[in-house]
Amino acid sequence: MSFKQTPSQTIGPFFAYGLTPKQYGYNEIKDITSNNLNSEGTIGERISIEGIVFDGNNEAVDDALIEIWQASSSGLYVTSRNQKNTNDSFCGFGRCGTGTNPQRKFSFTTIKPGSASENQAPHINFIIFMRGLLSHVYTRMYFPEEEVANQHDSFLIKVPKNRRQTLIAKQMSSSKVKVYQFNIYMQGANETVFFDV
Amino acid sequence: MTLSYNQRDWTVHPSYFSENYKSTHLRSPTKAPVKIEQTNSELTAPSFFSLINHEQENDLTKNGAVDGQQPLGERIVVTGSVVDENGKPQPNTLIEIWQCNSSGRYIHAADQHDAPLDPNFFGAGRCITDKNGIYKFYSIKPGAYPWGNHKNAWRPAHIHFSLFGPAFATRLITQSYFPGDPLLELDPIFQSTPKEARKLLIKTFDIEVTEEGFALGYKFDFILRGPKATPMEK
Repeated sequence: MSFKQTPSQTIGPFFAYGLTPKQYGYNEIKDITSNNLNSEGTIGERISIEGIVFDGNNEAVDDALIEIWQASSSGLYVTSRNQKNTNDSFCGFGRCGTGTNPQRKFSFTTIKPGSASENQAPHINFIIFMRGLLSHVYTRMYFPEEEVANQHDSFLIKVPKNRRQTLIAKQMSSSKVKVYQFNIYMQGANETVFFDV
Repeated sequence: MTLSYNQRDWTVHPSYFSENYKSTHLRSPTKAPVKIEQTNSELTAPSFFSLINHEQENDLTKNGAVDGQQPLGERIVVTGSVVDENGKPQPNTLIEIWQCNSSGRYIHAADQHDAPLDPNFFGAGRCITDKNGIYKFYSIKPGAYPWGNHKNAWRPAHIHFSLFGPAFATRLITQSYFPGDPLLELDPIFQSTPKEARKLLIKTFDIEVTEEGFALGYKFDFILRGPKATPMEK
C-alpha cells in the first residue's frame, strides 16, 4: 500500500481565532504560543524582530501568519526529547499574524540563537502562510554581525551571492534591546529566497 | 534522530501559482526554492504536549456554547489517523482546526458575509494524536459561503487543519472537504490540487464512526512526510 502525502491547501484569511487567538482578541481558546518566546528564566541576549510581508505590488500583506522556530542561546533546539535536560525555559517556537499592527508588521521578542552546529550560522527558521499561498514557504533569517559564520553556513552557500542579502536582517537604530528588521518579499527584484526544505 | 525527511511531493501539493485562484497572482514566489540538505533546524519540532492543556479542546459543539446551549447545524464527528509516508503512526502530534458555522459564517472579525453568527459556536479547537496517531473532533458541519474570487464564487464546505508532525519539515496546513459536494468541481482552491491527489482532501462518510442518535461520522487520515529510506542501517 502506498501512502501519498496529504496535499497542502491555503491557510485562508480567517485562521486568527484558531491559531493566534490572543493576539486578535479571542478568548474562547488558549494560545499554544505567542510572539514572545522569552520567559523570566530564558538565558541569552534579548532581541526583537520585526518585518512586513510584501506582495508583488509591494503592498503589505495583512493576513499572513509567521511561525518561527529557533535554537536556544546555546544552540539547542528544545524538543520533547531534551527539554527535561535543560534548565533554560525557552521553547523556541513563536507565532505572529500580520493583521493587528497598523503597518501590517509582524514582531517577535526572543533571544539571539546560538550556532546549532559547525556549518550553521546563528539563524531563525521562518514558515510563512497566507491567503493566496497554496503551500507554505520556508526561509531563514540571519544576523548581519555574523559575517564570518554566514560565509560558512550550509544554507547560505547554496544561495546565489546576489540574493543572499534577502536573508540577512538589518539591525535598526540602537535601543536597549537590539531590533532586527526582516522583511519578506513574495515577488519582485528583492524576492526573498525560499528553501526547498 | 531521523537523518532527513522526503521532499515535499509536488505531484500532490498545488503549485504556488494558480491562474484561476486570483490571490496567488501577487503572492506566489516566482523563483524556484533553493535546494538544501536538512539540518537540525528542519529535523526538530517544539514539544506541544507540555504547552497544551491536557483537557483536550476537541469538542467544537461545546467550546463556544453559552450556558449549556447548543450550536445550530448538523453534528459531526471527524476522526482518523496521522501517519507518515511509510504508514507509521504519528503520536503526540498537535492538530488545530478552524471552520465557519453551519450558515457559512466565520467568527473572525474580517468575515463580512451576510449570514448569521451562531452565539453558541466558536469554530476552533485542537487536540493531540494519541499513541496510535488517532485524533477525533466533534463539530457542526460547516456551511458553504461566497467569496470574491470570481462571479458567483462559493467555497465548498471545509474544515481547516493545521498539523505539526515530528519536525519543522513535516509542517502541514490544509483543508478537508465533504464527499458529494457539487461545489468541489467549481472551487479554484480545491482544483489547484493535482487531479490524482484531490481525493486525498475529501472525508469519507462512515456509518461505523457515526454515533447513534448524535452525530454523523466522517473519516479523514493525514499522511505526513516520512523519513528518507536509508540504504544501510548504521
